Amino acid sequence: MLGRSSLRDLAWAALLLVGLLVLPILVPHPAMRDFVIYVIAYGLLAMSLNLLVGFTGLVSFGHAAYFASGAYIFGLLMQSGNVSLPVAMLAAVGGTALLALVIGAICVRLKEIYFAFLTLAFQMFIHSIILTWVSLTGGDQGLMGGIPRPTFLGIDLNDSMTLYSFCAVVFVACLVIMRQIVQSPFGYTLRMIRDNPHRANFLGVNVVRMKLAIFVISGTMASVGGIVMALFVSGAYPEFGFWTTSGEAIFMIMLGGTQLFIGPLVGAILLQTLNHYVTIYTEHHGLVLGIVILIFVLGLRRGLADFVYLWFQDRRTRKLEKETGR
Amino acid sequence: MLKVENLYKAFGGVVAMNDVSLDFPTGSLTAIIGPNGAGKTTFFNLISGHIRPDRGRVLFDGQDLVGRSSLEIVRRGIGRAFQVASIFPSLTLRESLMAAVISHRRQSTQVLTRFPLQSAAERVEEIMALLELTAKADVLSRNLSHGDQKLLDIALALAMDPKVLLLDEPTAGMGPEERWQMIDKVYRLWEAEKMTLVFIEHDMGIVFKIAQTIRVLKYGAVLAEGTPEDIRSNPDVIDAYLGTDHDATTATATVGEG
Ligand SMILES: Nc1ncnc2c1ncn2[C@@H]1O[C@H](COP(=O)(O)OP(=O)(O)OP(=O)(O)O)[C@@H](O)[C@H]1O
Ligand SMILES: [Mg+2]
Repeated sequence: MLGRSSLRDLAWAALLLVGLLVLPILVPHPAMRDFVIYVIAYGLLAMSLNLLVGFTGLVSFGHAAYFASGAYIFGLLMQSGNVSLPVAMLAAVGGTALLALVIGAICVRLKEIYFAFLTLAFQMFIHSIILTWVSLTGGDQGLMGGIPRPTFLGIDLNDSMTLYSFCAVVFVACLVIMRQIVQSPFGYTLRMIRDNPHRANFLGVNVVRMKLAIFVISGTMASVGGIVMALFVSGAYPEFGFWTTSGEAIFMIMLGGTQLFIGPLVGAILLQTLNHYVTIYTEHHGLVLGIVILIFVLGLRRGLADFVYLWFQDRRTRKLEKETGR
Repeated sequence: MLKVENLYKAFGGVVAMNDVSLDFPTGSLTAIIGPNGAGKTTFFNLISGHIRPDRGRVLFDGQDLVGRSSLEIVRRGIGRAFQVASIFPSLTLRESLMAAVISHRRQSTQVLTRFPLQSAAERVEEIMALLELTAKADVLSRNLSHGDQKLLDIALALAMDPKVLLLDEPTAGMGPEERWQMIDKVYRLWEAEKMTLVFIEHDMGIVFKIAQTIRVLKYGAVLAEGTPEDIRSNPDVIDAYLGTDHDATTATATVGEG
């Protein structure tokens, strides 16, 4: 039986899905759809990274590796023509889980900065494999020849509206899964580890195993972002696994905030919007982004979603205090 | 029953634990006293698996715990609270306890259920009631007063249903009034849960009043052990520790009156 909090989350998910599906009807411009699909792909990357950064206190600098792994495994399988699209998706997720398991097993035992460095190093390693194994990956050209999207179960993703709706459904499904994870006993065990791993250990929490589990889960969720991206651009590129992509995910988390589940998604929307307008109006793209991030870090001192949330919380406590006459 | 034999530990040149052999009968209430740096915390660290002794054994229900992980040791029933409250700042008091109870019940890996678990609520409320923390259940741990943070630390250890509870200076950093309130709670806890309780304490008044047995550590070795009566009249202790300690004179006076 579902409890109240699960039902409320499912209601939000349904609302979000309806909103996403109605959006292209309200704003029929194709650029809108493209924008949303970008936000979905990078939003999944940032939100999955926040399972590590915000909920477990593990700062990974190499998260794009799993985004790339999802995109490449999926793209290669589809190009091979041997498997159907859903099977290729599952295989890409499964393959990435395995990759994250191997890398995670080595990294999660390390302390903060070493963990960060090692995840970064593994990402560089994977990026250079993609670059050098030209016969398989197409090297710096990316997966060439496009990724076919054969019809499955009567769904034809060559139709751009169908593709959009498909991405929206996959996205909302991933949000539901991630939300369930952070609100589960496991999710609160992660918060214990974030706050005080030493104490968690003395309370019978197997810290290393828990960290490894969330590392794998977050990797698989990132791979779904990569799959969405590969589907959308009909290709996979080495940049998917470059450190700048991990950096963007971290920017999104910083812009949106780490404490709310939805924060990194807000960050993804902000960053994509900025990217979009900044590239239209100026060539000094990096400069403008840098300034915006400085404003957030120095001005708000936290991500936007966290800031708004705290503001409302403050107001509520003040109101409560007034009512109780204190 | 908990028993240590010839426990020895040196940090570089500092011998923090020098051939200590002690036993703690089931259900006993023991105070460990000793000057700063005597090795009291180290003693707890050695028992709880946080530090590995160079030699010696830690026997619990007849089995040697040396070399086992702190995780395994807590699961066997030795819980501890820390000299500086070790808590989860961003969780509320109730959430922290809930998470601890869930961990104790091996439910930490559940992903398909929702936190908090109804099935654990009763135990959580029970622990909060025992330590009179119920009124603060929804306060973020970081916003709790110093005393309540120390209590929460103990409550967390209790969530493990320990057979042996090690409390490292439960009254550290408290005023005299608050200290007695704290130790009252600890005492009631010991009576209610019928566990083996070992606590480190600097306030002699408290020690002489509530402990059944007192163990005095100095330079990592056992200087004396016995009932409060024995300890108070032990010339070694008076010389080496109580005689020079301001607390001791007041304590002797307090207990003498009582
Ligand atoms: N991890 C460690 N590494 C090095 N030296 C240590 C370590 N832990 C304790 N020591 C040393 O061992 C000795 C005993 O320390 P311990 O913390 O056990 O004393 P204590 O009796 O708890 O003192 P206090 O009353 O101040 O808490 C001290 O000299 C301390 O500096
Ligand atoms: Mg100490």
